[in-house]
Amino acid sequence: MTAAVVTPGITRPATRRSYPTAWWGMAVLIMTEAMVFVILLAAYFFLRAASKEWPLAGIEVPKLELAVPFSFVLWGSSLPIFWAEAGIRNGNVARLKAGVLISFVMGASFLAYTLYDFNDLHFGWRDNAYGSIYYTIVGLHALHVFIGLGMNVVIQLKAWLGRYDHGRYASAEVFFLYWHFVDAVWLAVFPALFLSPHIR
Amino acid sequence: MAVTEHPPPPPSPPVDEPELLELWEDAPGIPGFLSTVDHKRIGMRYIYTCFFFFFVAGAMALVMRGQLAKPNADLLGPQLYNELFTMHGVTMIFLFNTPVLAGFGNYLIPLQIGTRDMAFPRMNAFSYWVFLLGGIFMYSSFFVGKIPDGGWFGYTPLVSRTFSPGLNIDFWGLGIVFTGLSTTVGSINFIVTIFKLRAPGMTLNRMPIFVWSMLVFSFMAIFAVPAVTLATGLNELDRLFGTSFFNPALGGSVLLYQHLFWFWGHPEVYILFVPATGMISQIIPTFSGRPLSGYLWVAGALVTVGFISFGVWVHHMFATGLPPVAMAFFSGASLIITIPSGVQFFAWIATMWKGRVRLTTPMLFGVGFLLIFLLGGITGVMVAVLPFDWQVTDSYFVVAHFHYVLNGAVVFPIFGAIYYWMPKMTGRMLSEKLGKLSFWVMFVGFNVTFFPMHILGFLGMPRRIYTYDNGLGWGGLNAMVSIGSAIFGLGTAITLFNWLWSRWRGVPAGDDPWDGDSLEWSTTSPPPHYNFASIPLVASRHPLWDQRPLPFAESGPEEDTSGLGSEGAVARETPVTSGIDTRPEGNLEIPHETYLPFVVALGLAALFVGLLIKAAVVGVVGVGLAVVAVLWWSWRTEEDLT
Amino acid sequence: MRRVRPAALAAVVAASSITLVSCRGHSPSMLDAHGTESQRVSGVWWLMFSLAAVVYVVVAAFIVIAIVRGRGGKREKAQKAPKDDTFIWLGGIVAPVIILAVLAVVTVNTTEALRNPEAGELRIAVVGKRWWWDVTYPDSPGVRTANEIHIPVDRPVDIELTSDNVIHSFWVPELAGKVDTIPGQTNHLRLTATAPGTYRGECAEFCGIQHAHMSFQIIADPPADFDRWLARRTTGAGLTPTSDQAARGELVFTREACAGCHAVRGTQAVAQIGPDLSDFGGRQWIGSLTVPNTPANLEQWIVDPQSVKPGTLMPPTALSAEDIAAVTAYLEGLK
Repeated sequence: MTAAVVTPGITRPATRRSYPTAWWGMAVLIMTEAMVFVILLAAYFFLRAASKEWPLAGIEVPKLELAVPFSFVLWGSSLPIFWAEAGIRNGNVARLKAGVLISFVMGASFLAYTLYDFNDLHFGWRDNAYGSIYYTIVGLHALHVFIGLGMNVVIQLKAWLGRYDHGRYASAEVFFLYWHFVDAVWLAVFPALFLSPHIR
Repeated sequence: MAVTEHPPPPPSPPVDEPELLELWEDAPGIPGFLSTVDHKRIGMRYIYTCFFFFFVAGAMALVMRGQLAKPNADLLGPQLYNELFTMHGVTMIFLFNTPVLAGFGNYLIPLQIGTRDMAFPRMNAFSYWVFLLGGIFMYSSFFVGKIPDGGWFGYTPLVSRTFSPGLNIDFWGLGIVFTGLSTTVGSINFIVTIFKLRAPGMTLNRMPIFVWSMLVFSFMAIFAVPAVTLATGLNELDRLFGTSFFNPALGGSVLLYQHLFWFWGHPEVYILFVPATGMISQIIPTFSGRPLSGYLWVAGALVTVGFISFGVWVHHMFATGLPPVAMAFFSGASLIITIPSGVQFFAWIATMWKGRVRLTTPMLFGVGFLLIFLLGGITGVMVAVLPFDWQVTDSYFVVAHFHYVLNGAVVFPIFGAIYYWMPKMTGRMLSEKLGKLSFWVMFVGFNVTFFPMHILGFLGMPRRIYTYDNGLGWGGLNAMVSIGSAIFGLGTAITLFNWLWSRWRGVPAGDDPWDGDSLEWSTTSPPPHYNFASIPLVASRHPLWDQRPLPFAESGPEEDTSGLGSEGAVARETPVTSGIDTRPEGNLEIPHETYLPFVVALGLAALFVGLLIKAAVVGVVGVGLAVVAVLWWSWRTEEDLT
Repeated sequence: MRRVRPAALAAVVAASSITLVSCRGHSPSMLDAHGTESQRVSGVWWLMFSLAAVVYVVVAAFIVIAIVRGRGGKREKAQKAPKDDTFIWLGGIVAPVIILAVLAVVTVNTTEALRNPEAGELRIAVVGKRWWWDVTYPDSPGVRTANEIHIPVDRPVDIELTSDNVIHSFWVPELAGKVDTIPGQTNHLRLTATAPGTYRGECAEFCGIQHAHMSFQIIADPPADFDRWLARRTTGAGLTPTSDQAARGELVFTREACAGCHAVRGTQAVAQIGPDLSDFGGRQWIGSLTVPNTPANLEQWIVDPQSVKPGTLMPPTALSAEDIAAVTAYLEGLK
């Protein structure tokens, strides 16, 4: 029997800092969530390919006047998060508070736009398959924005109550990742649902 | 492995074990039962619950075989028969096969990688409660007489509100969405645990193959489960809220459902099969007395299977009239997926060839697996051949094929795993005599049951029929199948008896009854709540064979290394290591018992009940309960260390 | 050739040490091939079976030898064994690749040869219903039947498959593989029967409570006989009642509940919910091959269909005994 010997120094601390386990958990959760959207978008194009007209039954193509600016608001809401993240890494809780708050306002305005859009549409999700898939994808994304805003509130509360400092901000980091994901999903959903029907 | 002149570090100083045990022990009685986060208790729970469902679904199969034993029998009417075959399939896939593997993973992975618990112990408890409540949810259909009857696969439009107006289908559809959540959460937990909690020295190429297989299981589940959740979930939207995803009259597509379902469905076969082969890859080397041949080949094969399995789903849809070019592609992919399985197969043969085989009960199940899977794999190649599939799909040939794979090549390894690992879990050996008897009865019963089904398929017998006519010449073989199923059932009952009997009368197992090679055998049987007082240091793929005595780490002076030794156990911490080179990065606090996972699961169950009975109040209360519990969870317990 | 196949099938059974319990009756076996498609597929099967038998025996022998050779302390043999990688390369990669390449070629060749449009096809439209089959001949307007499909031998047939309800699958093992009937799309099954005969078909996709009793048959006749059958159906001969009782039956049929769902050509009964009964007397079975078509079975079926085929969508019909006898006489006379 060969005697294998432990590599010297294997118990010395790692030289590079890594993310907390909760962050990795969120990263894997995002993989499965991303898959949900990938499959829904595939279903969208599957239904579209099977139909003679799209959108179905004379529904007008999505309007872009508000969709474009508010999409940029949502994507832009990742910037204050990057800024806040850089801040808290150096122990700057004030920047964390400010960045997260700005991001909240931007995210909330996007959510308000989505609700306005739903109210404004001339078709329902029962009308036909186009309505069903449109409302489902946009609605599911809006639900993600809503959950992200809820997480945002928790993070702000924790920040205001002084629970974060230089070495303690794991939950904030988990939220940052989630919020970037919510924005990234829209990078796929917006071109597919709002732009592609304009191309015939 | 690196063989150098360095002497192994001395073993850790003895710890005050009673004090440690008290620190880690759950509260006694029902409070501890509901609030535990110990991966071993949760893992056992998974296994026991799953086997309960296994025997229930097996009993259903026996009743169905009673009905089919002779032509024009009237033991069951068509409605009840349809309900039974639906619930048999649903139970075996969603409530036995998938979760039982998660149960073994839960119990074994922290032990095999040398850590004190899973990365997210509370999520672990949560995933079990969701699974249990999901099972109860689906089975509550029996009490209201609305048992799902649309087939486990539930093709729309048969399961649409038009053609199945009752609650039956909602129990099935909502139940699948609900239990899918359990698989997803469990898989996230496995992935992070495997990447972040491995003992120092256990690099990726030293992980036991079972850990590899659970890693592949988890990644496949992460990417596949959303598809079945959407398939059944969108169908429930159609049913409950009147959308038209699958309604062709309003621009929907019924084939979309099949694409979604099988995009999960085929990977699911491998989700079940991969961990089963992982178990075999641990049993065969142990009882051949030598390392697994071609370790890297086998690990690579598992990963490859994971990828290719996402490209074969259309072979379940060869009769739906798709364009021939598309079908030829999927036919080809379905042929190619054989190769990684072939690689594994010959790795096992090579292992035995150069070793000395001990035919213990776990090994017998391993050999039985090889002989059965060989045939199941061959018929799997056959059904990938497009024109042949046109004939045999949805016939008894396919029933035979997938039982050779899902029963023979998954259940046999699981039974082997019971005999192999249960002594570690309970501290008592199962009887070898009864075990061997059980194996032979099961092996004979299995083949008498499922082999003739191939021939019935050739003779034109379609699947899912509750009766058949006298003049069709199917009676004799069906009688044989039914007798075989009774024999197989008896064989499984012998193991059940053996298992229960061993809890009280089994010979004490000792730490390492089989001369195993992986870390779970280095601790006591059953292991203490904290698994390892000090974390083992790994220098080999086979630490228990190559590192004697097995060295344990000491806590270092820095914060990052303080969890390695027994001081970590005292602090209820387990070390976090870097994913590739396993250097300590800090400590993960193991949470104390908490009811929160149970409460969140209950809240979600209430949501699904609300959807089922269309009572918005129940659903809203459920969501409210879950949200409050999640907020509490995120607020109260977290240390926010990075 | 045809005599070899049952023998070889028996060999499959014997090889696995299973004794085939005596089978009474005629099975619709896919290896008893009487159609262009089933014959090619059965050829593919025998090729695959030969390969599979060799692979199984060889690999199983490896397993057994591997277990046996190391036992009993003969340790030195281990030294002489081939390298692990050699096993894996040859057994796990090279051998499968060769076999799979053969099968890939066979798959492509066979698939290309099957289900292609041909000149002079007879078109038949089949709609999967719950739980029966509606059959029309698009080139012969007005000809409509159910569950018993007449085709000519040696002439290509194009069967158009649709559904207006759930998914079914059309399978006649002796003639061809399956094609699903799917709501919202039209599928085609093209085949040629090579010998006259009656070939049993089954619904192969689970379609609800009476999936088990959704059988049908294809009756392949010599072309002359088929033409005669089709001509008789096209002209509507045989629809006039031939006795007083049958005439009374026609009256009852068209005035009572029957006509609410069923049609008989040339009468006021034109509903398309249930099977068209214009050639009912010429059919061998009732209820999609559930029971043989005898007057007694028909009476039972009309009075209480649920006792014959539980779950069928046909409701019981409340008629006097006299009326039932009359309707039975009428329907049995429609040939």
